[in-house]
Amino acid sequence: MSAKQQFCTFALGESLVGVEVMRVQEILRFQEMTPVPLAHPVVRGLINLRGQIVTALDLRRRLDLPPRSADAHPTNVVVRAEGGAVAFLVDEIGDVVEVDDSTFERPPETLGGIARHLIVGAHKLRNRLLLVLDTDRAANLRDDGRDERAA
Amino acid sequence: MDAASETDDIVKEFLIESYEGLDQLDRDLVSLEHAPDDVELLNRVFRCIHTIKGTCGFLGFATLEAVTHVGENLLSKLREGDVMFTPALASTLLALVDAVRQMLASIESTGTEGGGDYSGLTAELTRLHDLPRAAAPCGTRVEASRDARVDLLVEALPVDAPSPAPAPSIESADAPGESRRGSVAETSIRVDVGLLDKLMTTVGELVLARNQILQYAAAGHQGTGFHAATQRLNLLTTELQEGVMKTRMQPIGNVWSKLPRLVRDLSVACGKHLRLEMEGRETELDKTIIEAIKDPLTHIVRNALDHGVELPEERVQRGKPAEGLLQLRAFHEGGQVNIEITDDGRGIDPDRLRAKAIERGLLTAEQVQRLSDREALNLIFAAGFSTAAAVTNISGRGVGMDVVRTNIERIGGTVDVHSTVGEGTTLRIKIPLTLAIIPALVVTCDGERYAIPQINLVELVRHETRDGGLGVEHIHGAPVYRLRGNLLPLVFLRQELQAASPADGLEAYNIAVLHADGHIFGLVVDEISDTTEIVVKPLSKHLQGISAYSGSTIMGDGRVALILDTPGLAQRAHVIAAGGSRALTDERDARDDDSARQTLLICDTGEGRRAAVPLSSVARLEVFKRAQLEWAGEYEVVQYRGQILPLLPLAPLIGGLESAGTGDTVPVVVYGAAGHAVGLKVDAIVDIVDEAIALERTVERAGVLGSAVVQQKVTDVLDIATIVRHAAPWVDDHTSEREAA
Repeated sequence: MSAKQQFCTFALGESLVGVEVMRVQEILRFQEMTPVPLAHPVVRGLINLRGQIVTALDLRRRLDLPPRSADAHPTNVVVRAEGGAVAFLVDEIGDVVEVDDSTFERPPETLGGIARHLIVGAHKLRNRLLLVLDTDRAANLRDDGRDERAA
Repeated sequence: MDAASETDDIVKEFLIESYEGLDQLDRDLVSLEHAPDDVELLNRVFRCIHTIKGTCGFLGFATLEAVTHVGENLLSKLREGDVMFTPALASTLLALVDAVRQMLASIESTGTEGGGDYSGLTAELTRLHDLPRAAAPCGTRVEASRDARVDLLVEALPVDAPSPAPAPSIESADAPGESRRGSVAETSIRVDVGLLDKLMTTVGELVLARNQILQYAAAGHQGTGFHAATQRLNLLTTELQEGVMKTRMQPIGNVWSKLPRLVRDLSVACGKHLRLEMEGRETELDKTIIEAIKDPLTHIVRNALDHGVELPEERVQRGKPAEGLLQLRAFHEGGQVNIEITDDGRGIDPDRLRAKAIERGLLTAEQVQRLSDREALNLIFAAGFSTAAAVTNISGRGVGMDVVRTNIERIGGTVDVHSTVGEGTTLRIKIPLTLAIIPALVVTCDGERYAIPQINLVELVRHETRDGGLGVEHIHGAPVYRLRGNLLPLVFLRQELQAASPADGLEAYNIAVLHADGHIFGLVVDEISDTTEIVVKPLSKHLQGISAYSGSTIMGDGRVALILDTPGLAQRAHVIAAGGSRALTDERDARDDDSARQTLLICDTGEGRRAAVPLSSVARLEVFKRAQLEWAGEYEVVQYRGQILPLLPLAPLIGGLESAGTGDTVPVVVYGAAGHAVGLKVDAIVDIVDEAIALERTVERAGVLGSAVVQQKVTDVLDIATIVRHAAPWVDDHTSEREAA
């Protein structure tokens, strides 16, 4: 494993969150999407990605964050997760950041809730923290982390 | 390309060719039984075995070569008329085909012929070969037929065909076949199915792109060159789509080819005589569908043979010919393929099915009386239903017809049964031509479009309130609509999809009349748009399990639309539970739950709340003195059997409050094995009861299965495994490891 890692970053509420750059297929600005009644609340809808139908998951809802304002247009970060491509809806796309293993730290014990399950840890950037998201867990809605969270 | 993979390719080619040949061989041998004098058939059989023998000798498969060689010898004698074609001989030859198939399968999977012992078969083939001609039961017939055969051969092969020497006759017999095959090879090539699938997907995309362009073109550009070009694009795309679809089409005969052999073997096994007639074997179907109907079809044929057709004596008694008749018919109709399987057997008696349904506890006597004869017949598709008096080797285990129906419905087909007692039974299967591109009706609900596969659509009804009439009426809250004098149950799509605004007080109802599982219901939608061809895309895993949808598609404007699953919707709305076969299984399941008596441990969790735990999930019950309790970290613990047992109060884990507990003793329910155990503190252990509980789902709470009335008191029934997994993950091994990491 190389010491350097690249993350595609985006804003989510107050936080800066990143996913491994190799996992990102593409970034799309806000897309019209088809809502899916009866689906898991995190599923915001289906988008047409050049003939491929991709499920859009709202990362705010996934991480139990308050909903974004109604007029905000989230950006789609299309990632390759286990079982195919999914689009994460994020507030705003950021830069690609290269970080060193040395800046990484596991999340503190005080981090609770679903976030503890989905956030692997944080990189200490110069002026803020970059939270590292576990792409596969975030994309798998059945994985609610209850097993670990409850303890 | 290296030498090894070249050999692989040759072997692969050999396997494909041989399999095709063997399928034909099965058919031909069975036909030969009925027409032993058919020279053409005999030649074909001979050629096939000869080809396999030749190729496998070349490839170095010695066992295969040896077996086919003996077979070839016998066939060559047969061809010369030196041996009579008898049923015993046919069985041996079929056994030879099986042996060859077995070896081919082994070559395919392991690269060798496998270690099978074929000496018995070889000996039998040799014995038949060496049988003196005089031993044949009717020598004169052999003479006569032999003459005829020679004549035919002369006719077909003017070049020295009647030569008695075997070798040249083989050569000359092969010659026309080779040349014919050569001409076929020039006009056809083998294509990998994966490539066809990819082509199909690409064409699907093209169809969508075409639809989009057509929409732009319709928005203006009339009479311009652009408009003309889109028209041309439209036509070409349609042609291309049809062409590519055709490449995936296979005649249904490919599946049927296995049936003559099956029917023959089963007839012999059951002591029945059965003639198989097949009509429409050239009817074409998409390859995936062909694969999907293979098993259901086989099962239906087995059933017809085993249960439908009577024994010869019985048939004669009833004034029917001793030989039964099984007819298979396939034909295209309205964009679907119909397959009918008809036997002239004893038929199905609806009253017997009714009696059986009561006996099996599937339905009550009262419910059974309400079933029409047709509905009663459809009981055969209910799970756990078998009418065979005895379970036989062949069928009658009660896991048949429901699986048949499930498999057929999975590919968007329907199956229906008609029967007249004493005259026979017909099963009618309707399946779509292809799964990839289907015609669909587009409807709107709550501002979103949904596609309904045309195959489920019966008709469209629009009821305008101001036209008068009764409109939507209610039977005890269930909405119905009078459609030509019959009550049509209504399902409101808005309600089913839990859309925000209710659809009451409408000026008009748009009703799409749909059928699913033999039930008709009306789906009320906001708007009915039009019909269009859609490319079916599977649902992502996030959406699987929502029974209302069967897939998704991309509409002409590029937006995604969901495809409604008609049977799923009907089930969600409980339309199907109205006395149909699906309802039978539901009710039975419910009864199973009811009758499942359980031994329950009843505990008091404080504030008069009672909780029940299946006793089987409890390791021990203990009472500790309060003074024994100690603290370790954030957990209360107790020294228990030389180990430290963590204690958790049960009440907060199931949404209650932890009671202070004042007594000197603490009752504890111990869960889990030694070393990984946890104790759940309760206020009191009340009782152990053996009771059948009727579980009612109340508010979702983790770890609570639901509530039930036990000993006249409402009791929470707990899923103790889930509770412990959440509260004390170290009890579960796999989570404890992750926790440690």
